[in-house]
Amino acid sequence: MNPTSNPPVIEINNLVAGYGGREILHGVNLTVNEGEIFVIMGGSGSGKTTLLRHILGLNTPTSGSVSVLGKNITHASRKELYELRKQFGVAFQSGALFGSMTVGENVQLPLREHSRLDDATIGIMTRMKLEMLNLAGFEDLMPSELSGGMLKRAGLARAVIMDPKLLFFDEPSAGLDPIVSAALDESILMLREAMRMSIVVVTHELESAFRIADRIMILFQGSVAITGTPEEVRNCDDERVQDFLNRRSVEEQLEPDEYLRRLTGHIQ
Amino acid sequence: MKRILDKIGGDALYFLNQAGLLTIFLFTTLQRMVMPPYRLFPVVKQIHFIGARSMLVILVAGTFTGMVIALQFYNTLVRFGSVNLLGSAVGISLIREMGPVLTALMVIGRAGSAICAEIGIMRSDEQIDALECMAIDPYRYLIAPKIIAGVISLPVLTFIFIFIGIMGGYLVGVLIFGVGEGAYFQGMYDGVLWSDIQMGLVKSLVFGLIIVWIASAKGFLLHLDRSGAYGAEGVSRITTNAVVLSSIAILFADYLISALMHEPGMAS
Amino acid sequence: MNRFSIETVVGLFLVLGLAAFSFIAVKMGDIGFFHDRDRYTVTARFDSISGLKEGAFIEMAGVRVGTVGKIRFDNLDYEAVVEMSIPNEIELQEDSIASIRTNGIIGDKFIKISAGGADELIPPGGEIMETESSISLEELISKYIFETDS
Repeated sequence: MNPTSNPPVIEINNLVAGYGGREILHGVNLTVNEGEIFVIMGGSGSGKTTLLRHILGLNTPTSGSVSVLGKNITHASRKELYELRKQFGVAFQSGALFGSMTVGENVQLPLREHSRLDDATIGIMTRMKLEMLNLAGFEDLMPSELSGGMLKRAGLARAVIMDPKLLFFDEPSAGLDPIVSAALDESILMLREAMRMSIVVVTHELESAFRIADRIMILFQGSVAITGTPEEVRNCDDERVQDFLNRRSVEEQLEPDEYLRRLTGHIQ
Repeated sequence: MKRILDKIGGDALYFLNQAGLLTIFLFTTLQRMVMPPYRLFPVVKQIHFIGARSMLVILVAGTFTGMVIALQFYNTLVRFGSVNLLGSAVGISLIREMGPVLTALMVIGRAGSAICAEIGIMRSDEQIDALECMAIDPYRYLIAPKIIAGVISLPVLTFIFIFIGIMGGYLVGVLIFGVGEGAYFQGMYDGVLWSDIQMGLVKSLVFGLIIVWIASAKGFLLHLDRSGAYGAEGVSRITTNAVVLSSIAILFADYLISALMHEPGMAS
Repeated sequence: MNRFSIETVVGLFLVLGLAAFSFIAVKMGDIGFFHDRDRYTVTARFDSISGLKEGAFIEMAGVRVGTVGKIRFDNLDYEAVVEMSIPNEIELQEDSIASIRTNGIIGDKFIKISAGGADELIPPGGEIMETESSISLEELISKYIFETDS
């Protein structure tokens, strides 16, 4: 991807974060440029979900700074954060649709809350987005009547209903069979073409990542192993990266003392 | 010994932490609630759920409670030849104590548990995060209508309970035991004071707040629960917790209000 | 349709609740504008009202005609001051007597007003000058004997 003249849409400097006393991210740096599809990868427990939550402003970091669309969100007020969030869409792992509303009502919720459009316009916009994600005709069903893949697509439709500049997608292919997963990747590419948005995808699926990514970042135990184009990542000679790409289980390098301490557990 | 102390200390800290979190939750909700825009329909929907759909159980419980109170008081009063006091005994005990407390306990079982489970599932399914990311304030959107509906529904249910309980007492006292109809009602009209009704009203308002507050806070704070469990198991546990905690809170508040509103002049 | 029916149900629910509350409040709580408008208040001072409660009833000739309002203690004269709410159609003569009686042996205290014979009436907010305190049976008898003797 050519470096664009526009400022990056996301800029993270030396982000350190964790829950309680446990540190999960140890100084992560990251830049996402306008119009690119950026994939954050890593195994379970690598901190990728935590990283996403920090970019979304759902968690507060221990130190470091996170800027989204030119706004530093680490010290933003709730109101500023909400204004900013109106400009991005988030598709959650399981769709996170509200069980008490129909699919259509779910998708149009942001429009109802943030715009003063009349019902007819909202209806048209909802059907347009559902059409785009091959969900036409499912508008009046309840979320419980949809399959896992459809739930994700409905969640994606809700994420893009406001035509955001920035789209986040958490685990688009988790729990889906390869065909449905490929179709969802197509949808992501199509959305970028159609709506010129920057997209951040968090996933642990290699195929999916290499299919859609302009740039990939691999997280390893809370640190960045590599950031680069799919080509650069594939040719990287870092052992951890190669292990991850070849799906070898990673043997953690532990000091003998540390190993002993862990084995003996909580006995002190 | 040290282990027991550890446990006591840990429990105490956890309890204080929970109390603090619940309090912050309530004040956050109240603070966000007063900000415009105000919407009526979500509140109506919640009154329908918390109030209107609890009618049947309240009618049944109220009838039997009134009947039992009349039966017990009749058996006692008949020994002193003061069955004329039956009406006021039934009226006062229903209005001051039985009505508000039993209504609250019924609503905890019917609506409190459902509210807690619903919000707990929304938390565990990332739906609350999704609301945040759509720049929709979950406190205002989810919790506030429920709290308002609780504070409106409980007094309504309580007074329906009291009315139907008085009729249940009439059934047993007048129709079965043959206490004079005039004595029953006139004794009640004379015996019950405005301060009794005031107490019933205050109790039911406070109980409405407590029930919805504890149920929704426990669900909302699912991820901060001690054992850190998510998903179905976590939801079932916090729901049980919420039912127990709100029942105890109701009985405690009941005593507190009775004691605070007890006028020295009223003592005989 | 669905929306309409929820609103109807909730409306019905609220109306029922309000009806139950009004019934209880108006019938028993003695509030309501109907009551206050056709009543007036007089006060009376007693040496002792032991056992009398706010809301106790007021009888004339054995008929309940009103209720006891606020009770306070006058700390200058060491007397109890009782407010009584009387219907407008009942006119009390200046020499009416208010006495505290007991309903049965263990029953509630109430105030009995005996009509007087004077021409002048007690205005709203006025005071019944002649009162009899809460007294025991023996006291009552001894007082009766003492008064007839003299």
